[in-house]
Amino acid sequence: MKNKILFIFLFTFTFFCFFIFLKGLNNSKIYVPNENSYKEFSSFKAKKLFNNEELNSDSLFDGNKLYLFNIWASWCAPCRDEHDKLMHLSNNSSIKIIGINYRDNLIKAKKFINKFGNPYSEIVIDKDGTIGVSLGAYGIPETYVVDRNKKILKKYLGALDLEDLKEIENLLK
Amino acid sequence: MNYFKKIILIFFYFFLFEAYAQNSNIDLINKISKNIRCLICQGQSVYDSQSDFAISIKVVIQKKLDEGYSENAIYDYLKKKYGQWIVYEPDFNKNTFLLWLLPILIFVIGGILILKKSKIIKL
Amino acid sequence: MLFSQIGYYSLFFGLFFSFSLFPIIYKDLKINNNIVSKNIFINVLLQLIFVFNSFVCLIISFVKSDFSNETVYNNSHTTKPLFYKISGAWGNHEGSLLLCLLVLILFIFIFLNISKNQPKKYQIFTLIFQQIIIIGFFLFLLATSNPFNYLFPNPKEGLGLNPILQDPILAIHPPILYLGYIGSSIIFSSSLSAIIQNYVNDVWAKNLKKWVITSWFFLTIGIMLGSIWAYYELGWGGFWFWDPVENISLMPWLCLTALMHSIVVLSKRSILASWTLVLSIGSFILSMCGTFLVRSGILNSVHTFANDPERGIFILFFLFILILVALFIFFVLYKPQKEEKNFFLLSKETSVLINNWFMMYFLSVILIGTIYPIFLEVINNEKISVGPPFYNKLLIPFLVPFFILMSIGPHMQWIKSSFKRINKNLIFLFILSTIFSFLIYNEIKSSGLFTTILIIGVSYLFLVTLRDLFTKNNINLSQRVSHFGFSFLILSIILNGIFSTEITQNMKVGENYKFNNTTIYFEKVSFFEKENYKSVVGTFKIIDNNMKMYLKPELRVFNQPEIITSEADIKVNFFKDNFLVMNIVKGDEFYNVRYQTKPMMLWIWISTIILASGGLINFFVKKKYEK
Repeated sequence: MKNKILFIFLFTFTFFCFFIFLKGLNNSKIYVPNENSYKEFSSFKAKKLFNNEELNSDSLFDGNKLYLFNIWASWCAPCRDEHDKLMHLSNNSSIKIIGINYRDNLIKAKKFINKFGNPYSEIVIDKDGTIGVSLGAYGIPETYVVDRNKKILKKYLGALDLEDLKEIENLLK
Repeated sequence: MNYFKKIILIFFYFFLFEAYAQNSNIDLINKISKNIRCLICQGQSVYDSQSDFAISIKVVIQKKLDEGYSENAIYDYLKKKYGQWIVYEPDFNKNTFLLWLLPILIFVIGGILILKKSKIIKL
Repeated sequence: MLFSQIGYYSLFFGLFFSFSLFPIIYKDLKINNNIVSKNIFINVLLQLIFVFNSFVCLIISFVKSDFSNETVYNNSHTTKPLFYKISGAWGNHEGSLLLCLLVLILFIFIFLNISKNQPKKYQIFTLIFQQIIIIGFFLFLLATSNPFNYLFPNPKEGLGLNPILQDPILAIHPPILYLGYIGSSIIFSSSLSAIIQNYVNDVWAKNLKKWVITSWFFLTIGIMLGSIWAYYELGWGGFWFWDPVENISLMPWLCLTALMHSIVVLSKRSILASWTLVLSIGSFILSMCGTFLVRSGILNSVHTFANDPERGIFILFFLFILILVALFIFFVLYKPQKEEKNFFLLSKETSVLINNWFMMYFLSVILIGTIYPIFLEVINNEKISVGPPFYNKLLIPFLVPFFILMSIGPHMQWIKSSFKRINKNLIFLFILSTIFSFLIYNEIKSSGLFTTILIIGVSYLFLVTLRDLFTKNNINLSQRVSHFGFSFLILSIILNGIFSTEITQNMKVGENYKFNNTTIYFEKVSFFEKENYKSVVGTFKIIDNNMKMYLKPELRVFNQPEIITSEADIKVNFFKDNFLVMNIVKGDEFYNVRYQTKPMMLWIWISTIILASGGLINFFVKKKYEK
């Protein structure tokens, strides 16, 4: 009798495991940021790229509807790819784009901006990458779409493409 | 009787072991970074990796230590930013209590089975 | 191209011989004699020949750099040295599966040849169950993992030039590991067959023992090779990371170790039959689970092969069919013989049970730690990591009672022991180990009470097994050697863990750095052009406690693919390794320099070899009489 219960239990447990693993196989293997970590945007203090003044991120939030925090660097090839999309977005008066220059050589960073254009209303320096960590970033380029209440609406991993542009523009509505 | 002694001994060792962990004189930042996963590497800790991400995290850990954060506070900070996945040692909470307790349960069941098998105890 | 085709069709022939076997078996089962029909032997031999041929064809395709073969294209390159071209044949998913299939058939062939004194129907049913596994592998190979896919147009050059994978140890580590994993297939098939044939007894156990030891031996060496490679090649100074793929090799090992012990009990005293069956079936299931977890991409690890969910689904199906069949046969068809109900507490039987108890606990820790994150993610969408702190916390405290029990256990008599047998020598050695441990306590100023107890435990085990080793007869020689090897291994690991030191510092050329009694002088950096990489060699002078040495770690900058690998310079000494590795810090002229001293590394490898050779001794030493 005991054996029968054990058998049925193991049998059922086997099926249970089978379905769990089946479902597990279909899940994405790449780490996708958890919905729950779309949280409050945490403030930071940093020096500006072009005049070395100290900037508090709270002061950035004025009357604009959307704030894009874009983490980039001159040594990052995909950042170069998405740069024209950022230039396009910078024409939109409801969007303010802030650049966070990540672990970069300052001279090369300035050259990058001078050569390819400046879509940013401000650029701050993140020499050691700590601002990136405070945002929850783990690579570049990454773009954070934040509303005027400092809530992170969306996070883009990798270079922005045309689809992402459309999404951002839709968020304005 | 014998069985209870065994269990008590085992928990005694557990607490001793915790005491050992506290007394250890390891560099705190190394200890913490060994416990943090490098999220863009495949299976390396932040201590072992030289990637941008790992170096940034190490800087953050050092800064927080300088600001007076405790080890657990640093883990909490990183977990808030990146999720539970970034810390190698799983918490003990409603999601993970089974993870910690199931092996112990199995050990206890095994012990009971053996004691049943050796019911006739002769010295 | 030709060889790929021959290889491909050979596989079909091989599969055919699985099916052609069944009518022959059916006929032979009806004949009432005690000899397995020659036709069966011939059939299995033919299958072996064709699959072996297929494997050889794959190797030839690699050697000839035949890039019309997709597997060769993905995993090889014309500039690869010949040795790595050959080893590349089994260093990929498809080739390794072909090797597994070959071993499956080889082992059943050997089994049929050396089991001629065993009941005929038992042999045949073992063959049947093994063939079920073989057919499963054939189908998996041909349907999802064909090593002979044709690529058109034929590429001129291959993709497979990852320099990290070109290493001699890494070349032989997989085949030896597979011998271990697949070796347990015979144990599985034999167990199911024995249940059906009512042959689960001491005779069966005596004969199965050699298969258990063989599988265990290869698995031990395979795991050791993997750790050696990780230590020398990966540059982190560690040899075990509780990485899921490492755990997956350790689980069948624990099961096989437990099985080795319980099968001895079954063969000598005819008890613990059901439990032995559970372990036998479990070892192979764990091996297959491991295959699934690694190759399906469901786990995140340093070691994963190319991930393909479709393959994962196939293996999952196959695995669960095997489990359900085994469950059914064990619970429904097994008629256990009447066994002695209870053991005495002080007896060798109980000692073995206690050993199994601890082994199963260790196994459950590792199994749950590896699989729990998958379950949690599917059920709760929570992603957690389970790393070294978890395993250390749950395993290390249990080592102490385990060591003490392992010291006493082998000295127990069968059936019943008494306290009088625990003779003065054992007590003396206990005192000796306590002294030893306090000496160590003085060395490391800040160790807790627990470390002391841990060291007492392991050094006691070490001394007891050492003393046992010097007993002048052949009784239980293989057990004494293996136990000594095991205790030496754990002692080395613990000493290594306690006494390892490391210094990490960012340094520029020409700088030096002093920490405690160690000074590192970063003398210079030299640049060399090699065949396919640029070499950056740092020259360091290290003065460690008045010992002077030069270490030259290297950075290799590859073009194709574009990666930088770091080669540590390791000075291997008798009691201590000196380990230096450097890495570029991007954007600066700094190099990140890490200097480590790692005691007892050499002895970790040597003691593992001693542990494994204990098993080997079993095959070569004639036992005068059993104890």
